[in-house]
Amino acid sequence: MQKTLKKYFAIFALPTLIAFALAFLIPFLMGIYLSFTEFTTVVDAKWVGLRNYIEVFTQNQDFLNALWFTVRFTVVSIVTINVLSFALAMLLTKGIRGTNLYRTVFFMPNLIGGIVLGYIWQLIINGVLYSFGVTITAKPEYGFWGLVILMNWQLIGYMMIIYIAGILNIPPDMIEAAGIDGASSFQILRKITIPLVMPSVTICTFLTLTNSFKLFDQNLALTAGAPSKQTAMLALDIYNTFYGRAGSEGVGQAKAVLFFIMVAAIALTQLYLTRSKEVEN
Amino acid sequence: MKKINKVLALTLSMLIAATTMTACTSGKGGASGSEPGSEPGSSASEESTPTGKGGEIYFLNFKPEIAEVYDAIAKDYEAETGVKLNVVTAASGTYEQTLKSEIAKKDAPVLFQINGPKGYAVWKDYCKDLKDTELYQHLTDKSMAIQSGGGVYGIPYVVEGYGIIYNDAIMQKYFALDGAKAKSVDEINNFTKLKEVVEDMTARKAELGIEGVFASTSLTPGEDWRWQTHLANLPMHYEWKNGNVDLTSDATKEITFEYADNFKNIFDLYINNSTVAPGLLGSKSVDDSMAEFALGKAAMVQNGNWAWSQISGVQGNTVKEEDIKFMPIYIGMEGEENQGLCIGTENFFAINAKADPAQQKLAEDYLYWLYSSDKGKDYVTNQLGFIAPFDTFTDDEKPADPLAREVLDWMGKDGINTVTWDFLVFPNQTFKDEFGAALLEYAQGTKTFDEVKQIVVESWKTESAGNNA
Repeated sequence: MQKTLKKYFAIFALPTLIAFALAFLIPFLMGIYLSFTEFTTVVDAKWVGLRNYIEVFTQNQDFLNALWFTVRFTVVSIVTINVLSFALAMLLTKGIRGTNLYRTVFFMPNLIGGIVLGYIWQLIINGVLYSFGVTITAKPEYGFWGLVILMNWQLIGYMMIIYIAGILNIPPDMIEAAGIDGASSFQILRKITIPLVMPSVTICTFLTLTNSFKLFDQNLALTAGAPSKQTAMLALDIYNTFYGRAGSEGVGQAKAVLFFIMVAAIALTQLYLTRSKEVEN
Repeated sequence: MKKINKVLALTLSMLIAATTMTACTSGKGGASGSEPGSEPGSSASEESTPTGKGGEIYFLNFKPEIAEVYDAIAKDYEAETGVKLNVVTAASGTYEQTLKSEIAKKDAPVLFQINGPKGYAVWKDYCKDLKDTELYQHLTDKSMAIQSGGGVYGIPYVVEGYGIIYNDAIMQKYFALDGAKAKSVDEINNFTKLKEVVEDMTARKAELGIEGVFASTSLTPGEDWRWQTHLANLPMHYEWKNGNVDLTSDATKEITFEYADNFKNIFDLYINNSTVAPGLLGSKSVDDSMAEFALGKAAMVQNGNWAWSQISGVQGNTVKEEDIKFMPIYIGMEGEENQGLCIGTENFFAINAKADPAQQKLAEDYLYWLYSSDKGKDYVTNQLGFIAPFDTFTDDEKPADPLAREVLDWMGKDGINTVTWDFLVFPNQTFKDEFGAALLEYAQGTKTFDEVKQIVVESWKTESAGNNA
């Protein structure tokens, strides 16, 4: 068996490897190379060294503004999404009638694409703001909270499912034993449930962190950066740099590489930190 | 051996799947009417060497509103010549993005379009010299073409005009009212009069049965080109004209926005006499605005003759064809009584210099066919609605739609100074976006007009300098 597996390993792994190389590895390496060049189309690049990286910070403040907006957004949405989805998961593991229906309903928004969601929420939010004579573009705060609401609505269901799986994995006898020992339900939550769902917390924070950090579709559809780029997140800023100004494609590419490094660094740190809190059950 | 074949087959199928995927993403959102199989890059068998009759031309279309007509043309052209015309349409506002990714492919567009000197600067490595093409020989005004160093790199294929489109039925109704500020549209030939009339109409909008004089000033990002490009053309035109600036020189790298106040005049008039409150303009699109006009909720809207298809296509359209007329955009300049519409083009055909020569020839032949054969010309005037700038068209071969007729009328008027499309030298999209965003904030009341002016001047300067073009 082992031998046959080895023999056919290449054949089974090859399609995935090729797909991975074509759709990810090669574009990624090309992207890094292009960030050091000046180009109009990806096939006619001219080497310019580190100039693009310098221009990211000297050309204008857009990148730093977008970074700050993204960080604020990410912090807020990680907290809200995880707290709310954990609360929902707790509720929907109590055996309430119609649990399955609720789980499905909460999960549904996750099946809708980002662009569509963005436009739907734009309509809803504008519909509310109309009665005050303004729209979502009136203040950057509106766009910010609009994005937070949208992101919560989309991701809570998904994270909830992960938390439910984690909560269902807790051995009921532990909770029962704690109850007999006189622990209050808050103590059970703090001392048993939360430590035991830490693996889920790791996954959920990782997912919310990376998803919020590299948010693009929803941002583009909801505000497209209005007013005056004040609600543009990093991915949108990269896109605008790349396409909005001839000759700046390389700068956009350099931003993208920096963006990758940031997301990777933050995500890995977070993984390390939450992993260390996980306990065996 | 057999196994290797299997692996090979698998690999190849993966490859094909992957290329199909890329083709789909790059064409996404496109109103591309061509069947998926004909999209470039999808068919592995597409060894495009045109042998004898047949062959294929890949045309990347800029105008989504007429994508369907091009599909019909493609069908006819193939029936007639055996050459397959592959039309891919970029979604509104994404032409540069689409072109950028499409042209890097092995099966790149042969026929594409550039938007003027700025576009040529970006795409110059890809633009073939068209001086010897038959189509260029027939261009009536050779100075309209994009020229550089004795070569011709872009041929304009349509003449367009924009101004304030008004609904004459509503205007007549107003003129018939007691104490109307004017008795006919001819009296409105400067900003002061326009303002007087518009403000009086706003005051009596209930009597006129309209929600506002002007259709909403669409300021959603991406929907603001009527202001940051078309309307801005007027003050810039006068700035350069009065300053005797050569538009091909570097003198356009900085501006003072001298006539900012004139821009403010007309912009204020638009947003304060509109169907919606200025604070709500951030959610309006061009489509919204054209629909308001078509449904008779507004009496005027600033747009060009291309908007006819949009107006006539609105469900429940109440505007009669004979009531749709143009008036110039008056901004309060001296001597504007003789000002005409803004007429020009930003549509230039270019042929990919890096494409196979045989394919280039096919593209040239197709263009010539479209603008010289009876069938082609019929499509151009009656379906595409283009006012074609070529001498292959006789006087009665002009589009029949009301707005194109009006543009032709205005062009033919004696003593009228047509405003040229000087926005072709606006630095780039980033400048336009920043301008549009500033206008939105001005409309919402979060920026003053002085700040808008400052943004325009500064953004122009940085974007001109940042341009490697």
